[in-house]
Amino acid sequence: MTTTPTPPTKTAPAAPADPAGKTPPTARSLTWARRRLSVARFWSAYRGHRAGLFGLAALALIALTALAAPLLVGGDVQSVTNAPGTAMEKPSGEFPLGTDQFGRSLLGLLVWGARISLTVGLLAAALSVAIGTLVGIIAGHYGGWFSTVLMRITDWFLVMPALVLAIVLATVMSRNVWTVIIAIGITSWPTTARLVRAQTIAVESRPYIERAKALGGGHGHIMNRHVLPNVMPLVLAQTTLGISSAILTEATLAFLGLGDPTVVSWGGMLQDAREAGAVSSGHWWYLAPPGIAIALVALAFTLCGRAIESVLNPKLGVAR
Amino acid sequence: MSTTSTTGTTAVARASEARAARGDVRAYLLYVSGKIGGAAVSLLAVLVTSFFLFRIIPGDPVKAMTHGMPTSAEQMATLRRQFGLDKPMWQQFTDYCAGALSGDLGMSYQFRAPVGELILQKVPATLLLTGVAVVIYSAIGLWLGTRSAWRHGSLGDKLNTGVALTLWSVPGFWLGLLLIITFSVGIGPIPGMFPTGGMESGTESGFAYVADVAHHMVLPVLTLVAVGYAQTLLVMRSSLLDEMGSDYLTTARAKGLRDDAVRRRHAVPNALLPTVTMVFINLGHVAAGSILVETVFSWPGLGGLFYQALSVPDLPLVQGLFVVFAGAMIVMNLLADLLYPLLDPRVGR
Repeated sequence: MTTTPTPPTKTAPAAPADPAGKTPPTARSLTWARRRLSVARFWSAYRGHRAGLFGLAALALIALTALAAPLLVGGDVQSVTNAPGTAMEKPSGEFPLGTDQFGRSLLGLLVWGARISLTVGLLAAALSVAIGTLVGIIAGHYGGWFSTVLMRITDWFLVMPALVLAIVLATVMSRNVWTVIIAIGITSWPTTARLVRAQTIAVESRPYIERAKALGGGHGHIMNRHVLPNVMPLVLAQTTLGISSAILTEATLAFLGLGDPTVVSWGGMLQDAREAGAVSSGHWWYLAPPGIAIALVALAFTLCGRAIESVLNPKLGVAR
Repeated sequence: MSTTSTTGTTAVARASEARAARGDVRAYLLYVSGKIGGAAVSLLAVLVTSFFLFRIIPGDPVKAMTHGMPTSAEQMATLRRQFGLDKPMWQQFTDYCAGALSGDLGMSYQFRAPVGELILQKVPATLLLTGVAVVIYSAIGLWLGTRSAWRHGSLGDKLNTGVALTLWSVPGFWLGLLLIITFSVGIGPIPGMFPTGGMESGTESGFAYVADVAHHMVLPVLTLVAVGYAQTLLVMRSSLLDEMGSDYLTTARAKGLRDDAVRRRHAVPNALLPTVTMVFINLGHVAAGSILVETVFSWPGLGGLFYQALSVPDLPLVQGLFVVFAGAMIVMNLLADLLYPLLDPRVGR
């Protein structure tokens, strides 16, 4: 993607002129050329946000670590029975971050924990944004009493204390990763729904929607082919911001003992540390790394989300 | 809204002004009743949800209650009768609603005491802790947000926003644990200066008691402030940035006002509205938001109670706290809605 950086404008990108007047371009090739162009333009604007680039780099690093965890630290770090060290060792050459109360390497656990944090964060945010987008588009498209009812439900979810609701859901359902994902996803969609609804209404007031209707486009066609692509950028920014709060909520639930007990997670490590008395015995090296890891991932997603937001909405540009 | 001028007011003008004022009041009353009605519906919805949410739980609450204790079948039947679990679902529901509306939220399985009483005992501690924290972090957030926006793009602004975003990403309970290790247990040269938890030492009275409680509050309040001020800062910053290009600010400068006065007298009051809403919503969140911090610092408040109830799980207590937390949110939202038209005459007309 090294097309010349055109100055970012808010208007829809025009299809590029036919290169040499050879065969007339098909509709598909035109669409793809347009998409490539807008991705290139997006990237050249995003590159201007140093904080956003930092977030992206941090995310790439963490994602690679998480993917390569079995290669880096081996698959048996979680095993309590044949742990390599003795309990609660200080950081040393063999165990760079020390060991936990079972003698497991904390570095290994930390690397392994990245997998669950990222998985839950991504899936929960995806679920929440999917519900939010669906509700938002439907409420914005149909209008009338149906929309009113949907928005009342949304408002009601909005005043619910999300963390309490998530905790309650995680308590009443069985303890596994999916419960956590569902509990976070179900409690965090209303903001997305409100934003998407507003955007849907704005998009549907434009003339080309009227044209699509005149040409016989049904509800499904308009929502899928016209409204959805237009709300996608907003949804993307919302997802990125949602992931960081999902990761924080996941850590909180795991710390409260509501996570999957069979999986190593950063929040779970903090709970283990607290139960092992790391606080009163002053074992700060046990407590510090998981928290720093959580904060780093959450911060990286927040920085990316803010950068995406200000690229898409140049009015926020001053907020850089 | 009715301003009386001393000269040149005809009776007609005065009458129309009075009519306009009456219209304003009526519009406001209409707005108020609409908002109160909405809040009442939300509260009812919370009650209904809380009932059904806790009935989808698989398993038998009586079995959970007597877990690990030898219990005979008759004893279990007695318990079931005692907690009204032997009645049909619809009757449990009507009993629950009638009870909740009259302030009776059922009996706690764990403490064998009325849930309402248990909650009421814990309210002051939570109000004290989170009230102080919200006041402090709103003030800090407003101050830093204003400074950041007024000099946006400067090094100070970048530093401010960066620190706020970083602290915002930190899990509050983890920060609390670290603060306990550093300042209560003490590492290296730092002595343990603060108590590790609780609200009082129990030996003081009078003025010394107040000082003792304040001493216990330092670390939890610090944790809540560190994690919470970022939101106020960011909202204040972006709403002040929205005002920055406005014509009325240019006018104020053209009148010869100093930069400081333009900011204090013109820009900030207009940018304050979204932040005021934010503060109220935060006040609604406080009870729920302090669950983790209260747990970590063993603060004897609602959040700590919620954690205790969860570990059993003591369903009537969890359910009651859920209603209280959601109710606090609804009431605070309502207050923000009612205050809004008084602060901004453009709203609610």
